[in-house]
Amino acid sequence: MTTQIILPIDQSEVQALSKSKNEPEWLSSLRLEALTLAGQLDYPKLEKTNLNRWSIDSYGKYKSSDSIKSLADLPQKFQTSLQDQKDNLLVQRNSNVVFQTLSDELTKQGVIFTDLETAAKEHSELVQKYFMQAVKKDENQLTAIHTSLWSGGVFLYVPKNVQVEIPLQVLFLNEDDTSIFSPHVLIVAESNSSVSYVDHVTSEGVANDLVHNSIVEVFVKPGAKVQFSTLHNLNGKITDLSYRRAVVENDGSIEWIIGEMNDGNCMSDTSSILKGNGSTSDAKIVCIGTNDQKLNITTNATHFGKSSDSDMITRAVMNDNSTAIINGVTKIEHGAKNANGEQTEKVLMLSPTARGDANPMLLIDEDEVTAGHAASVGQVDKNQIYYLMSRGISKETAERLIIYGFLAPVVSQIPIKQVADQLQALIEGKLER
Amino acid sequence: MSNSPKFVIDGLKATIENKEILKGINLEIKGGEVHAIMGPNGTGKSTLASAIMGHPKYEVTEGTATLNGVDLLEMEVDERARAGVFLAMQYPSEITGVTNADFLRSAINAKREEGDEISLIKFIRKMEGKMGELEMNPEFMHRYLNEGFSGGEKKRNEILQMAMLDPSVVILDEVDSGLDIDALKIVADGVNNMRSEERGFLIITHYQRLLDYITPDFVHVMMQGRIVKSGGPELAERLESEGYDWIKEELGIEDETVGQEEEEFKMPMNTVAPEFK
Ligand SMILES: Nc1ncnc2c1ncn2[C@@H]1O[C@H](COP(=O)(O)OP(=O)(O)OP(=O)(O)O)[C@@H](O)[C@H]1O
Ligand SMILES: [Mg+2]
Repeated sequence: MTTQIILPIDQSEVQALSKSKNEPEWLSSLRLEALTLAGQLDYPKLEKTNLNRWSIDSYGKYKSSDSIKSLADLPQKFQTSLQDQKDNLLVQRNSNVVFQTLSDELTKQGVIFTDLETAAKEHSELVQKYFMQAVKKDENQLTAIHTSLWSGGVFLYVPKNVQVEIPLQVLFLNEDDTSIFSPHVLIVAESNSSVSYVDHVTSEGVANDLVHNSIVEVFVKPGAKVQFSTLHNLNGKITDLSYRRAVVENDGSIEWIIGEMNDGNCMSDTSSILKGNGSTSDAKIVCIGTNDQKLNITTNATHFGKSSDSDMITRAVMNDNSTAIINGVTKIEHGAKNANGEQTEKVLMLSPTARGDANPMLLIDEDEVTAGHAASVGQVDKNQIYYLMSRGISKETAERLIIYGFLAPVVSQIPIKQVADQLQALIEGKLER
Repeated sequence: MSNSPKFVIDGLKATIENKEILKGINLEIKGGEVHAIMGPNGTGKSTLASAIMGHPKYEVTEGTATLNGVDLLEMEVDERARAGVFLAMQYPSEITGVTNADFLRSAINAKREEGDEISLIKFIRKMEGKMGELEMNPEFMHRYLNEGFSGGEKKRNEILQMAMLDPSVVILDEVDSGLDIDALKIVADGVNNMRSEERGFLIITHYQRLLDYITPDFVHVMMQGRIVKSGGPELAERLESEGYDWIKEELGIEDETVGQEEEEFKMPMNTVAPEFK
């Protein structure tokens, strides 16, 4: 593409902001390099989706929100998702993090759980070692823009052999469509550690177009175990562009639990790079499309390690005029002997004007492997409705049972009850407007 | 006596895809009675059951079906069920993600007023009790509805639903197919336990062995979309030993099936729903 790319920010702004935050030199120059790249790179090429037709240039400006003393200072409806625990919470409001707590116990064990801006200063070398290493700044225009203008965010570091029992929870909340809302989450789990991270990306009262361009990077060291859960329910005006990528070493494991419950367009790309022998990845994704929403949801597992194992399941329920392109990519590289990769994508269409596309892809460069895929796009089965109705159940209830039943095999497998309940509530919210 | 139902089918004709399958059925079932319908393959037995239940594929073109004088044919499928009609299907659907318990509780609550839903404890006790009587493994409570059930397990699950929902007209469509001998006895016991003045039965079967356990009051033979012969239990015994040829001869019937005039192949009526896995 040779058209002039008009970037949402300019060089002097980036420079000034980085300076005012007193960021380390490596980060300031990285932001500027990325900005130059952004001017040269195209949008990513997505399967059957043209991002040029999406409204994705309103990023807003960096605006600092005041810190809050307690969760009680948040709007009521956002308190509930976090209130189960007092410690180990972090809240980003618009551009910056306004609240964070970490228990003494975890602090003593050496766990770091803070906003990424602070971490970049206080743990500069550690952050520099991992930041933008799983996802690269020059992959496409979106990753370049993100590198240049991200703010707030999370740095979670779990030292060797530390097992964090309680999930660490994060709320990313946008209430202002003129402010940058593009956080970066960086998780490093050292050897034989384990941790569960849960976040909720949501918004309130956004009236104008805004882009949420976020990147999640997870580094799973040998024998470590990371569980990453995220629920997105952003307002219809916000376009959600999210990359999530984990690099998993020997015998490490990553588990993704993703609820795409946005009301606006969404591009979501979740990948596991199974570098180590015996590494595993498990991904569960549930999405619901309503109105004119366009969703492009990709899950990817790339196997390098011997006996590495991946499983990914996506279920999408599509209503109204919504469109979903669901891609599953299992790639087994040469040398990944005895690797196993499974994937399933299923789309349930509730409306004749909805569209759903399931694209399973197995790319295999090694002989001694097992891999499988299943994909389907279908409507609610009339015989099932008849059967349920023949027991006295109304048509509405019958449809409801079948739709929730379609999602149940994924929702019921979510290991954290609180996440499962919250997801269930979001599903109900979307389906029963 | 006031609770004793009266189910009347009068001159019922039904078509599927404009092909007439039922060509005028007359039948009256009172509380306490057990009627058996027998007949060769493809003669309209399941169609009769589906037309009574209200399967959307079948269009009733003539005749009436009433329960205690109330017109069933005007009702939606779920209303017919709540009015007291129960059909144990020849091919029950499989429904992923909906547990047997959640399904049955929804069905029981559908019959009750809002605010008067059955309590969870009461429901579970009832379901456990009935499953015990049918010698079903308790795990079937939390299995997804019919998903991966064996043929016999599906049939037993139909009988469980009948026992839980307490209907006043019960239609069993080949509930004995796929059952081993022990299961057949258990299912028959389940039916016999439900026999009362408050309930009438219509049992569609190919085999005398079910009727050995559940003695019918009336036996009807269906051919060409009609009831062509009716009698007592002895009729079923004669069919078992002699087959249908004597009836065909008696009535001068050559092809006993219905709707086959220009048909080359048969379609299963309730095809098993695709699994969402
Ligand atoms: N959905 C359908 N589409 C097309 N034809 C149908 C359909 N349902 C029934 N028929 C036809 O109607 C006729 C009667 O079928 P029905 O299932 O009622 O027979 P049956 O007496 O129950 O047979 P069986 O003993 O084999 O169960 C058959 O010729 C059948 O092919
Ligand atoms: Mg039949």
